[in-house]
Amino acid sequence: MNEVIVSMQKICKSFPGVKALDNVHFELRSGEVMALLGENGAGKSTLMKILSGVYTRDAGTMEIFGKPYGDLTPKQAQAVGVAIIHQELNMCRHLTVAENMFLGREKLKGFILSNAEMEREAARILGELKIDIDPRQVVGDLPVSKQQMVEIAKALSTNARILIMDEPTSALTSREIDDLFRIIHQLKANGCGIVYISHRLEELAHIVDRVTIMRDGQYITSMNFKDTTMDEIIANMVGREIKEKFPRAVCQKGKKIFEVKNLSAGRMVRDINFELYEGEIVGFAGLMGAGRTETTRAIFGIDPKTSGEIILDGKPVRITCPQDAIRAGIVLAPEDRKKDGLCTKLSIRHNIALPNLDLLCNQFGVVSTAKEEKMCGQAVSELKIKTPNVDVDAGNLSGGNQQKVVVGKWLARNSRVVMFDEPTRGIDVAAKVEIYNLMNQLKKQGIAVMFVSSEMPEVMGIADRIIVMCDGRITGEVMAEKTTQSEILTLATRFENKFEKAEGGTDK
Amino acid sequence: MNGKSKFKKIMSTRGMGAALTAFAGLVVIYVAFGLIQPQVFSMRNILNLLRSMSKYLLIGVGQSYLLITGNIDLSIGSVVAMSAMISATMMAAGINVLLAITVALICCLAIGLVNGILVGKFQLPPFIATMGTMFVGRGIAYMVNGNRNTNAIASGIGKEAADSFQNFFYYGSTAGVYNTFWIALILFLVFFFLISKTRTGRHIYAIGSNVDAAKLSGVSVVKTITKAYMISAFCAFVVGLILCAQAGMGNMEAGNMYEMYGVAAGVIGGVSPLGGTGMLLGTFAGAAVWQTLENGLSMAGAPVGIQRIVIGIIVMGAVLMDIIFRRGIGGRKVRKEK
Repeated sequence: MNEVIVSMQKICKSFPGVKALDNVHFELRSGEVMALLGENGAGKSTLMKILSGVYTRDAGTMEIFGKPYGDLTPKQAQAVGVAIIHQELNMCRHLTVAENMFLGREKLKGFILSNAEMEREAARILGELKIDIDPRQVVGDLPVSKQQMVEIAKALSTNARILIMDEPTSALTSREIDDLFRIIHQLKANGCGIVYISHRLEELAHIVDRVTIMRDGQYITSMNFKDTTMDEIIANMVGREIKEKFPRAVCQKGKKIFEVKNLSAGRMVRDINFELYEGEIVGFAGLMGAGRTETTRAIFGIDPKTSGEIILDGKPVRITCPQDAIRAGIVLAPEDRKKDGLCTKLSIRHNIALPNLDLLCNQFGVVSTAKEEKMCGQAVSELKIKTPNVDVDAGNLSGGNQQKVVVGKWLARNSRVVMFDEPTRGIDVAAKVEIYNLMNQLKKQGIAVMFVSSEMPEVMGIADRIIVMCDGRITGEVMAEKTTQSEILTLATRFENKFEKAEGGTDK
Repeated sequence: MNGKSKFKKIMSTRGMGAALTAFAGLVVIYVAFGLIQPQVFSMRNILNLLRSMSKYLLIGVGQSYLLITGNIDLSIGSVVAMSAMISATMMAAGINVLLAITVALICCLAIGLVNGILVGKFQLPPFIATMGTMFVGRGIAYMVNGNRNTNAIASGIGKEAADSFQNFFYYGSTAGVYNTFWIALILFLVFFFLISKTRTGRHIYAIGSNVDAAKLSGVSVVKTITKAYMISAFCAFVVGLILCAQAGMGNMEAGNMYEMYGVAAGVIGGVSPLGGTGMLLGTFAGAAVWQTLENGLSMAGAPVGIQRIVIGIIVMGAVLMDIIFRRGIGGRKVRKEK
């Protein structure tokens, strides 16, 4: 116990145009959980991808269990005992749970696959972790949180002694996070070394022994978690003290802008009613899968509605597709920015121009480069998008900057209602504050802001009024200043009980 | 009980639903043509059907391997022509049959290898890479005999050897069924086994489903894709021999458009051109549907143009149905609640 099992010294790694790692040190001991912290783009994932053989280093030395290693491949790293759970889900959606867990190291009888043996083994591992999933189930049919648990089980099934978890909780529900922490404690007791990368600093207290902090590709410091404070950690991450995490703008509540009446769309959006007023941010809180994303999608016209009325500035609007919503002035910054928010292979310029081509084209449909330049330049400077120029591919930006581009698409229009779905997921502290400021700015301009977030402190810190959803229904509405986390959580877990269902069971 | 759970297990196999749907479609089409033209049901016609569908079956199997990895092989038709021209030219020059076949095999596999390296290793878009080898392959087929079709193979290796070659691949029968179908069936079973029961097969599905996940799990993408292209080239090689045996000579235009027939057979049988799903059993049904349509329409006296149009519509309809079933009409599929 407590001996050094990983030692990385003077690691350097460059990508075209970026120095991702610059002389980085890293050390991991057996039986400890090491939090690797830093803003987006600090180089945490890159460093861990070198340790797990996904990338090869440019310079530096690497020792695992006291043995020096040069360039590893993922397979070799696995053989040495290093397993990594990647930030993005890396599953083959068409294959079953067991097939995914044993991908690349299938069990064979002769040269025939032994499915029965793999399924038995998978069931055993899942059972040990108390994860309730049938190994024969096709992964694509599982909800995202369950897929994440499968990924964790897959990593553990390699009998890893060094386990790297890159944002493992971002897709999990709170109960599953508890399960994960239980698993982590168990592994720790067995002498495994665990590297834990997360932006959710509040989680650290439950599991972490030491922290290593990185910033802009450089090693900053390592310390015992017990001997430090959150403020010190954050200060080291951003290189400056953040006084107020949640800047709040004070505004006079004005007239009603937007109203949703009896909106229903499938099982996850049932009889939704709410109103948005000038000069306020309305937070939508709830657990993962509460139907908040589905609600924004139904309003925006992506998913078909079964019933409901949408009223903007006193007039009903008919929305059957996103074009209708955009024309009316209702816009959405979606949850999954890479999938729904951006064309990652297009430049920043083209991404921002895309929904605004009606404003940028002349009567013959030719795009005015001058207008486009002006619009993009304005967005980049207003939102402080960090980029050398607007012709950089959106996919090459860091998460926070990508999010700003998503928002920038809509700022050029005179929108009346802006819906943000988890705008701060997976982005760093400083970028988060910029997104908050942006929402505050919209609020001051008299634009209705709908803010969906699963991070409770954030909703309470930024929103004026909070609507809580659970299982496709609104279960309560509270004022941010007067409420408590536990009140919101109570509302967020107010599932229908069986009795109610039996009585009113018409919505199937 | 046990029987029931076994049935359930079989039904839950990847792509089984689509394959069975294709078989159902096959029966409907076959019976419909039989009612119009009773000769369709005759034993002789059935035997002919089996023989002529064999080409599409082999091509379809090869192409399905690529479709399941999320790639495509456009060079199949040219490889068919290469196989026919190289073997026929050598035989017409009096070279031993086995040697001629072996040389043709090596040349065809070389094309598969090049495809695999270009797509797997150098990551050329498969459409472009295999379009390149398609032109190269066809060019080679033209050049083999100096821009001419070959003479009859009997003129070189003699009537006896030519007859045995032609009987083995096309005219002869075993147990009452043409050899061509036996060859296709045996190869089909071998490749069906390979893709559903071996590690290579599993990797083919994994790459089609999520190539990054496969790579990070330690799957060798280059090797697996190369294997798939070589299997596809091998199937095309066999079809080339069948065409050579049928005509008794080599034809430079042999196998024209066959790569597309392969896509059609796969897609009708539920193999997704986006990769990750599909079952070779479906490809079997797809090839049979294709041949039944061709056969039935021509027996019913429909002109060739009509045949093409019907086949085109069937392919679009098969994919459309697949999309509608999977998504539900007019909307996103709502995730099933537990």
